[in-house]
Amino acid sequence: MIHLQDIRKVFNAGQPNEFVAIEGVHLSIDSHVVTALKGPSGSGKTTLLSLLGCMTRPTSGRIILQEREITSLPERFLTEIRRETFGMIFQQFNLIKGLTALENVMLPAYPKGEKHAVLKRRAMDLLALLNLAGKALARVEWLSGGEAQRTAIARALINNPAIVIADEPTAHLDSALSFEFMEIMRQLKADGKTILIASHDPIVYASDVVDRMVDIRDGKIVSPGDGA
Amino acid sequence: MGAIEKQRHILDFTLSSLGRRKGKNIALIIVYTFVIFLIASVLFLADSLKKEAAQILQDAPEMTVQRLAAGRQDLIPLDYIESIKAIKGVQSVEPRLWGYYYDAFSGANYTLMVNADLNDHPGAILIGAGVTRRSEPGKPPQSLRKNDRIPFKTYEGEVLTLQVKGGLPAASELVTADLILLSEPDFRKLFAFPHDRATDLVLTVKNTKELATIATKITRIHPDSRPILRNDILRTYDAVFDWRGGVILMILSGVFLAFIILAWDKATGLSAEEKREIGILKAIGWETADILLMKFWEGSAVSLTSFFLGIFLAYLHVFLASSLLFEPVLKGWSVLYPHFRLTPHIHSYQIAVLFFLTVIPYTVVTIVPSWRSATIDPDAVMRM
Repeated sequence: MIHLQDIRKVFNAGQPNEFVAIEGVHLSIDSHVVTALKGPSGSGKTTLLSLLGCMTRPTSGRIILQEREITSLPERFLTEIRRETFGMIFQQFNLIKGLTALENVMLPAYPKGEKHAVLKRRAMDLLALLNLAGKALARVEWLSGGEAQRTAIARALINNPAIVIADEPTAHLDSALSFEFMEIMRQLKADGKTILIASHDPIVYASDVVDRMVDIRDGKIVSPGDGA
Repeated sequence: MGAIEKQRHILDFTLSSLGRRKGKNIALIIVYTFVIFLIASVLFLADSLKKEAAQILQDAPEMTVQRLAAGRQDLIPLDYIESIKAIKGVQSVEPRLWGYYYDAFSGANYTLMVNADLNDHPGAILIGAGVTRRSEPGKPPQSLRKNDRIPFKTYEGEVLTLQVKGGLPAASELVTADLILLSEPDFRKLFAFPHDRATDLVLTVKNTKELATIATKITRIHPDSRPILRNDILRTYDAVFDWRGGVILMILSGVFLAFIILAWDKATGLSAEEKREIGILKAIGWETADILLMKFWEGSAVSLTSFFLGIFLAYLHVFLASSLLFEPVLKGWSVLYPHFRLTPHIHSYQIAVLFFLTVIPYTVVTIVPSWRSATIDPDAVMRM
């Protein structure tokens, strides 16, 4: 589904603070499986997720998504791919403060110009599915960590993406909520989603939900796991 | 249909964004509104004063002849009339009797003028709108009504009581606000005015092209006279109003500069929170154009609100509150009191210029920094 070929990502290229985040990465991600990217802080997990999710471009190398080379696509097409293909769950949840849970969930669908009533119904269904129906009209800053996490998941699913990407999703959750998160991932997997999770939390990478574990260290893949 | 829904969604989001940053936006709207209010007040006031002046001049005589004594205006002998009338091209010459009366009770300066229609009704006066609001300074005005009596102190120290017989049309309060019309005998008695003198003479001519020639002839016959043409008055009015408007505009340019600095600072410097939001929106699938559209709506909402609020307040200030803030500079000492209200007159061209000088640049400066943030990788924006 996604193929990375000899990917290199350099931040602040040519500056004194130049930093190579990813070096010589070759990786193939299959459809309908849960892949965990494991590694210590600063190993390049988040950068690799950003590259896989079209949030940033590699300095060199090629990314092929569903048989299509996307590295050289203009920004507008990348945005469209992000919107239609990926659902993002961020480490800090990255919900927009001051808005309700419902509004946050609806946000990724705004540029599609869908009818407001239809969109709202879909967002409400997702919130209900994640046991958040009662919090739909609550501002996100008043939600607990678990509720905020589930709101972020609902937002990631609003455009019905094929791939769900989660960056350190359990970093701010206790063990019970972390297990709950993995159960939600199990349901999504059963629904046929492809899931990519970056984490150094054993609850995530040791979970039976995970089909494949990719080990990263210092921007390089140490162990590609099965399916490389 | 989708495009309209998309606009609606983005507009909804914009409005809630404005609400979320209440403090910043309210501060911005207050300053912005104040600047528009000041500029619009000056424009409205200067324009309306000019309009009023033009109205005065519409009825002004083609030529007025005054007599000078030691360079100051003096009373003109009535026997000048015959000699001026004899000049070829002069159609009519009429004496005018008018002057100023300081009313110690109200502290106001009134203009008194003889009206021939009142000559058969001695003791009767017609008063302007400002005079009807005659009051002791610092006390609430007592509205004068028909048949009320006003005492005047004559120049010989006696009291002359005149009775209000009616008001003057309020089409232009600037012209009539401080005006009292009275009969010739009352006028002469009040000011102990010599019977063979008038304040000035007004002329009508057969051909306006001959005005300059006639004026020259008058000064030749009466070297102590000063003919004043309608165009001269027009030029003086224009110069006075433009100069005063210029003084205010000069002060305002300072205010405007302060506004530009504030707007630039507020609008260009995106907070870390705003940058993060842009990053999130891009990461979840908003295009750069969607974010710019949102920022465009945001800038437009702030500037349009301020613009219309400023214009509305300026309208109230100039036409209902008698330009309280600018009165001393714009009107001069002679018409400071009694109060008058200007006839509303707004030039759409000026509103348009003000719009293009404020709303458009402001909206642009709000978009530029967002464009810079929105065109870099969402990943980079969120790592900041």
